[in-house]
Amino acid sequence: MADIVIDRVVKEFGPFRALQEISLTVNDGEFVALLGPSGCGKTTLLRIIAGLETQTSGRIVIGGQDVSNLAPRKRGLAMVFQNYAIFPHMSVFENVAFGLRMQKAAQAEVKRKVERAAALLHIEGYLDRYPAKLSGGQRQRVAVARALAVEPAVLLMDEPLSNLDALLRLEMRTELKAVLRQAGTTTIYVTHDQTEAMGLADRIAVMYGGKIDQIGSPLEIYATPATRFVGGFIGAPPMNFIKVRCHGGTARIGDATLPCPSTVTDLELGLRGEDASLSANGSGIPFDVRVVEPMGSHLLLTGSIDGQLARIVAPPVAKVNPGVRVGLNVDPARVTWIDSATGRAVARA
Amino acid sequence: MPARTSWIPYALIAPSVIFLGALFLVPLVQTIWLSFSVGDGFSMENYQRMAGDLNFSLAVRNTFLLTLVVVPLQVVLALAMATMVTKLDKGRDLVLWVLTIPLGISDLAAGLAWLALLQNTGYLNSALYALGLIQGPMGWLSQETPWALFFAIVLAELWRATAIVLVILIAGLQLIPKEFSEAAEIFGAKPWTRFTKITLPLLKPSLQSALILRTVLAFEVFAVVYALGGRNFPVLAGEAYVWQNDNQNYGAAAAYAVLIMAISLAATAVYLRILRTRPEQLP
Repeated sequence: MADIVIDRVVKEFGPFRALQEISLTVNDGEFVALLGPSGCGKTTLLRIIAGLETQTSGRIVIGGQDVSNLAPRKRGLAMVFQNYAIFPHMSVFENVAFGLRMQKAAQAEVKRKVERAAALLHIEGYLDRYPAKLSGGQRQRVAVARALAVEPAVLLMDEPLSNLDALLRLEMRTELKAVLRQAGTTTIYVTHDQTEAMGLADRIAVMYGGKIDQIGSPLEIYATPATRFVGGFIGAPPMNFIKVRCHGGTARIGDATLPCPSTVTDLELGLRGEDASLSANGSGIPFDVRVVEPMGSHLLLTGSIDGQLARIVAPPVAKVNPGVRVGLNVDPARVTWIDSATGRAVARA
Repeated sequence: MPARTSWIPYALIAPSVIFLGALFLVPLVQTIWLSFSVGDGFSMENYQRMAGDLNFSLAVRNTFLLTLVVVPLQVVLALAMATMVTKLDKGRDLVLWVLTIPLGISDLAAGLAWLALLQNTGYLNSALYALGLIQGPMGWLSQETPWALFFAIVLAELWRATAIVLVILIAGLQLIPKEFSEAAEIFGAKPWTRFTKITLPLLKPSLQSALILRTVLAFEVFAVVYALGGRNFPVLAGEAYVWQNDNQNYGAAAAYAVLIMAISLAATAVYLRILRTRPEQLP
């Protein structure tokens, strides 16, 4: 088992700075997701940790050993690739056994460990088959089994579920979490899918434009985003941002007022759709409903607050018609205040 | 697609089938018949004449020797070159272009170019003389120096025809996703292991095509040999030419042609069997 220290890692492709001084510590046995939109540098960072790409500057330390200049095979890690990269010319058994064979493990040990990894991923029945005869989900299991068979200190996963269909993805996600918890492997998991990151990870590092915008538990990231980007990227519907002015610790929206941090004047009110409730008497923040979408578990209301687009989640049985103005009650403790100029959250009072 | 239109594919390939039939199949049957007949009747006389000729066993030996030396060397060279070319970041197209120039040169022209280098008054002797390594013109391509002649032909063939193997292998290498090699690297494979355990097996279909093409062409080797050694180094295709043109014996020439074809078909069958990729092992 090992912890991973990413120390001020920079990656430049010619004049383009793909990673700007990334620092991140992943604790022993922890599951950290690198979450971000495509092009944010998350896969580049993962490949640098793996040694498949060389950082321009900075260090990677795994289990106390500086591996920055070591070949991938000397870093003591395993990886699951986005397209699985299981070897088509080898049987499932030989694929899972590959890492052990490279370690020159004895045949009995290879067999024992392959069978254990196969049992963990429920692929015992396919060990004699070739990958071409397997479905996408089965190949995915082979790729994970191949990685777990070597009992790696560190497991890297690059969007491992993105090639599966939605139902299978949900199933594999749950299973993956159970398997990895059991193995206790330190895991870095790259994904652009927030539900995957939220569901799997102990901590999420949200990346944007080659930087980590925020690191925290899924709940922290969801409830208290550090930047406008994080608030907008995480959650469905995304966080609403309403431009307001803060005078003397009070922000006025329509007839309603909210206490705000008085250090900054131009603020954005970051409000999660489910953190607002419909008031009984129309008091509170005025919300002009334009579209009502019944989603089964809730009603999704799209409209505007103070002329600015907002999406609010209401109970499924609420009686709301498009075109009306309703009032919203908001708990001041559950809103996020964003400095309009910097896009960063203002410290809570 | 409705069943009514199922004749369309056949109609579309009909011109090439007719073309192949008229210009390939008919001459092929004629040649086989020619080789097995004297006058109007069936006879093995042409084959007896071919096998009884002084140069026959020499031609068979030389052709096989050339093929067995040239083809493996070409595959090894092309593999090394292809691996290096695919690793290039810059100037890859230029390097590839230079390496494939010999492909654009006819084999007779290539033979003559090497003749200019290696003949008595050629550039090689001039250079060796200027360096003081030889006293006067040396014959490298005569009957007295069979191994030098053989070596010269091997050299010319390597120069002339390695590029076709290279092109096929580069195309094949580019079809292999780099993740396979990366995964192998992550799981502990050293470069040579990655090459033998991952790249080579995945390259098998391309290797098979390249080997079939090159081996068939190697058994037909003629112009380079003829330019460099004439009949000092008899080969099968050269003997067919001699029987056809110098001896005006079309039957014996046809027998040689059929023999070459039989050898090529046998080699192809061997490659198809040994290097077959089972469908379930395809990427």
